[in-house]
Amino acid sequence: MESSTKCEMQLLVNGETKSVVARQGDTLLFVLRNELGLTGAKPGCLNGDCGACTALVDGTPIKSCMMLAIETVGKEITTIEGLHNTPIQRAFVEHFAFQCGYCTPGFIMNAYALTETKPDADDATIQEWLESNICRCTSYQEIEAAVKEVLRQKRKTE
Amino acid sequence: MIPFEITYHRPRSIEEAVHLFDTLQQQGKKPLYYGGGTEIITLSRLHLVAADAVIDIKHIPECRTLEFNPHELVLGSALPLTTLEEANPFPLLTKAAREVADRTARNQITLGGNICGQIFYRETVLPLLLSDSQAVIAGKDGVKQCSIHDVFLQHIRLKPGQFLVQMKVDRSYASLPHFHRKRRKQGKVGYPLVTAAAIKKDGQIRVALSGVCPFPFRSKEMEERLNARHLPLHDRIEGAIRALPRPILDDIEGSAAYRLFVLKQMLFDMIDELGGE
Repeated sequence: MESSTKCEMQLLVNGETKSVVARQGDTLLFVLRNELGLTGAKPGCLNGDCGACTALVDGTPIKSCMMLAIETVGKEITTIEGLHNTPIQRAFVEHFAFQCGYCTPGFIMNAYALTETKPDADDATIQEWLESNICRCTSYQEIEAAVKEVLRQKRKTE
Repeated sequence: MIPFEITYHRPRSIEEAVHLFDTLQQQGKKPLYYGGGTEIITLSRLHLVAADAVIDIKHIPECRTLEFNPHELVLGSALPLTTLEEANPFPLLTKAAREVADRTARNQITLGGNICGQIFYRETVLPLLLSDSQAVIAGKDGVKQCSIHDVFLQHIRLKPGQFLVQMKVDRSYASLPHFHRKRRKQGKVGYPLVTAAAIKKDGQIRVALSGVCPFPFRSKEMEERLNARHLPLHDRIEGAIRALPRPILDDIEGSAAYRLFVLKQMLFDMIDELGGE
């Protein structure tokens, strides 16, 4: 029988340092959900295709099903639970940019990173970023409208 | 998650990484060098990869280098593809990188991981084959530099314990006229039916392909036929198609006949755009 490779890790999640004991082969998604109870990041394909598990690591969107939790030691992790009443969240509500809602946290994390890092994003850039996530209810037009609304507001205030 | 037990190691230098690999191996373990980890994690879930330990090379400074010195471009193997895209030091490489997976995945997928991966499309190698780039490889015998053509033949050929540290490209290649096109069965994200990359150097077209065969390649024989300007264009392209290595991929993404049909149209477009008439 294989010996366990569990070890203690200090993870900085949503501004708080959390101590977890996890296998070294556990993904960030697994640890967020099963060890920290942060169930906002969703398991979808578990293959890096759907984007439902998207979280931010040092501000960059990543698919948390394809990153080991132990890789994120020393980095800043942000999940959907770490966003509070942000413009992109409000825009998703106002534009009805979801139906079943399963893909929504992943879309919002990716869209949040886009609006924060690329306020001048053009249509091609928006499309390129949003192609990383899949919505089986096909709310794509509403999601795009929500992103564009946030970018418009940002440009107005800057 | 990785469905078997592994230990994770984070060396800070090339020497430490090589030493770790050797030590783990001597302990009877199977270590793997680890870049973005996307392929190792997803394939291990399907039990297509097995390991006892992963050695993360992302914290080795040489593997994160992105340098444009007067003579050459130095690209660390652990650079995420989106970092290469944003810096855009080699436009043809940027175009190749931008077509791999999707943007979020490319924040994790590294240049070295794409070149050395098991999934056989390895599209970022195409510009590196065309530019006769140099590979910097580390192993038990130290760090050495060699031509990509000596170390990449259909797939990377590294000895046990070796890993790719950097790719170096002669600066002059970055500004050459080039062509890049990827055609998929459908959609804008996914594996190719055909990906063609080409440059024009000294009036001659060089071409490298992925998605046509179960490996990426550059064929000198194809290039000779494409550049045979004394022949009608149609004959040059038919000659190039006949010179393709075998087998031609024939799978759920596309039949062999369809891939060849798409490739042929692409070669016409390539010559048209690069002015090889």
